[in-house]
Amino acid sequence: EVLVPEEPRAAAPVGFLQELPSYQSALRRRAAAGGTQGRRAAAQGSAGLRAAEARGPEQDGGELAARPARELPLSIAEKRILRDCQQADIKYLSAWKQWKRTSSKSLKKGLSEVKEFSSYLELWRHDIHSIEGKFGTGIQSYFSFLRFLVLLNFIIFILMFSFVTLPTIVSKYGIFNSSLAKIPPENIEPHCTVYKPGGNKGLVYFYAYLKDLLSGTGFLEVTRLFYGYYTIDEAWFSTLRYNLPLAYLLATFAYLALSLIWIIKRSVEGFKQNLVHDEDQFQSYCNKVFAGWDFCITDPNAARLKHRSLQYELQTDLEEERLKRKIADRTMKEKLRIYSLRIFINIIVIAVLSGCFYSIYRATVFSLENSIDISNTNSQANLLVQYLPSMVITLANFIAPQIFSFLIRFEDYSPAFEIRLTLMRCVFVRLANIGVLLFSLWSQISYCATDECKACGYNYELYPCWESEVGQEMYKLMIFDFIIILAVTLFVDFPRKLLVTHCSCKPVQWCGLQEFRISDNVLEIIYGQTICWIGTFFSPLLPAIATIKYFIIFYIKKISLIHTCKPAARPIRASSSNFFFLVVLLIGLLLAFIPLGISIAHIPSSKACGPFRSFNTSWAVVPDTVLGFPTGLQQVLHAIASEAFAVPFFMVVCLIMFYFIALAGAHKRVVEQLREQLVMVRFDPLF
Amino acid sequence: AYKRFSELLPKEERGNACAARVPKSQILTLPELRANPFQHRICRVFSTSDDGDDSMSFEDFLDMLSVFSDSATADIKSHYAFRIFDFDDDGTLDRKDLEKLVNCLTGQGEESRLSNAEMEQLIQNILEESDIDKDGTINLSEFQHVVSRSPDFTRYGGLQR
Repeated sequence: EVLVPEEPRAAAPVGFLQELPSYQSALRRRAAAGGTQGRRAAAQGSAGLRAAEARGPEQDGGELAARPARELPLSIAEKRILRDCQQADIKYLSAWKQWKRTSSKSLKKGLSEVKEFSSYLELWRHDIHSIEGKFGTGIQSYFSFLRFLVLLNFIIFILMFSFVTLPTIVSKYGIFNSSLAKIPPENIEPHCTVYKPGGNKGLVYFYAYLKDLLSGTGFLEVTRLFYGYYTIDEAWFSTLRYNLPLAYLLATFAYLALSLIWIIKRSVEGFKQNLVHDEDQFQSYCNKVFAGWDFCITDPNAARLKHRSLQYELQTDLEEERLKRKIADRTMKEKLRIYSLRIFINIIVIAVLSGCFYSIYRATVFSLENSIDISNTNSQANLLVQYLPSMVITLANFIAPQIFSFLIRFEDYSPAFEIRLTLMRCVFVRLANIGVLLFSLWSQISYCATDECKACGYNYELYPCWESEVGQEMYKLMIFDFIIILAVTLFVDFPRKLLVTHCSCKPVQWCGLQEFRISDNVLEIIYGQTICWIGTFFSPLLPAIATIKYFIIFYIKKISLIHTCKPAARPIRASSSNFFFLVVLLIGLLLAFIPLGISIAHIPSSKACGPFRSFNTSWAVVPDTVLGFPTGLQQVLHAIASEAFAVPFFMVVCLIMFYFIALAGAHKRVVEQLREQLVMVRFDPLF
Repeated sequence: AYKRFSELLPKEERGNACAARVPKSQILTLPELRANPFQHRICRVFSTSDDGDDSMSFEDFLDMLSVFSDSATADIKSHYAFRIFDFDDDGTLDRKDLEKLVNCLTGQGEESRLSNAEMEQLIQNILEESDIDKDGTINLSEFQHVVSRSPDFTRYGGLQR
């Protein structure tokens, strides 16, 4: 006998449910994808389970294309019977259809095997899986994010290396009949071109090497690490001319564009869900209750903690709802009081921020002025002075969030909003600190008192090669960030764990083990990544350092997590946190565009070093190249860049956007109407 | 998977693992199920034994693993999740089922349960969000609909390999 798939036992108004847009689009998707939905079952038992082929289209009148037996919710015995029926049906088809079916079956199988094999190649797959099992998916999302950054930095490094560094290596050593060409710049004052980097000559102490390694000066300054090395105008490979300045600039744009596209692609999923859910609460009750239990948990301790955290979450949400109702009942007098209190606290926040910014500015100016004056013999102080901006930034990044989380308690917001606002403020502090550092750097570099200086456009006496200077600052920031993460793990986390396990006095136990604060850690690595993006233009090999740094940080954090942390009492959900990390990363990237844009297009490039010596600014190499194109192409490019093209283009984009917004509004209305219909159907059987 | 199943059987039956049935107590020693609050429901749903003792044959074991694996579709997972959450096996999730479900989630023991008022408020909210035809219960389609919009479901619903 033929066994039909189990009918859902509740009948009645289900038909109307199938008109909902989400269900329809799910059906359409399923029909289009056909059998490619069926993937390999985890079990490879001796029962020899095989997916039955999808039925031929002529046998389907209804909406559902038949699915492989794997996708049907039946027990194995029932699936076997279904498969036998389908095999019997196949005999009635023509030979062509049979061949088509078998070939598509083997293709699908091949594709799924390739997919599974490629998942084995994923970096750290097993580590992240085990973290997920012990600590839940919120923390796992942090580690996946870290892995994403390692890959991104590696790709950026490959990009910069192959287009900028490799040609210089190849042409320097004359491989493939290549040679360099250094064209001395014309129309430049000779005093702008004087540049004698300190490279260590003669006998130096070992300590000097260490200092140079840490601060990017000395022997490191003349290596390929920094912009100043690439004082090459073109490279010749037999008869091909390789325009290095153009390649340098285009590689910079390429890595920025690549990062932007990759991040947007990753965040699109999270955004789609947010958009769909905006009418419900951000984390609705159903999501918490039906999808609340993390089936990956295998450890009873972790299970107990998960129970408690679920209980806490549900209770907090219910309390928040009650609080919202109370807020709606507030009197005018109370509202006035609360709003004035909030304004006052925001003023305090702004004051704290200005304090941070001013101290960073002063520290940077002091460091720049004094690191050049102090002679090499006073090495220790010099190193400290060089690292002063980094230290001040790290201190500000540490203190400001504590102040913010203390202040927000007085502002009387709902708990969820409190968390979000504090996070936003912390993000702003971290990213703005970098901005202030760069601003103070530029104000020093562009500060011009004498006429000679104005002829060069920048302070040629102190900073003959200012791009290398900026590159060195970014390098120092990155190294210091790494050192701090190492130091905090070694000297704070592990001693704390030792103290808690061996000392049983009350205050120590009350302090307890630390939790793995996901948001703080994420902000830390985003801060590091923003520095990397800004610094890569000035120091092409910086992404390699960033890759290695994040690689090591992964293992440090993993060890610290496993040995010194207790699971968080208030877990952040994985879905919302993924989207949040990517949004903040995107903000960091967009913020990185600004300093890069200013230094490429506005500040005159240094005339003593680097590939842009012969040009006014770094951007000037592009118009120069365009002038070398055939006139037809030039005219096309000029037309695209003109207003006659940009304004209509902008208007068309706006129109398309309005169309999609209107479509979304219409869908919403249809959903509302269908809901009402469903409710009415229950009462009116003739409907 | 075959290896893991045969490990659950007592030694003398291991040669004939395909035909044997493993009693429920043994199944519950699996690490994935040990910490799971829905362990009893899972055994009940996947077991095809006729005498209601919730023992599982090798095929039932495979069924269970395939539903919980990463490569099962969301449809299957939601279908089985519905059956697992349906404590009284009547095909719908009514208030009593939801109450038992929430109690399972928050843990065993008296102090970990929500108060009656909180439970009422919570169940009211859940029904508001998911009960489309307003009949006071959640049927399979409504459940699948609400779960398809839930971003955490596919993420949480998988066992480790």
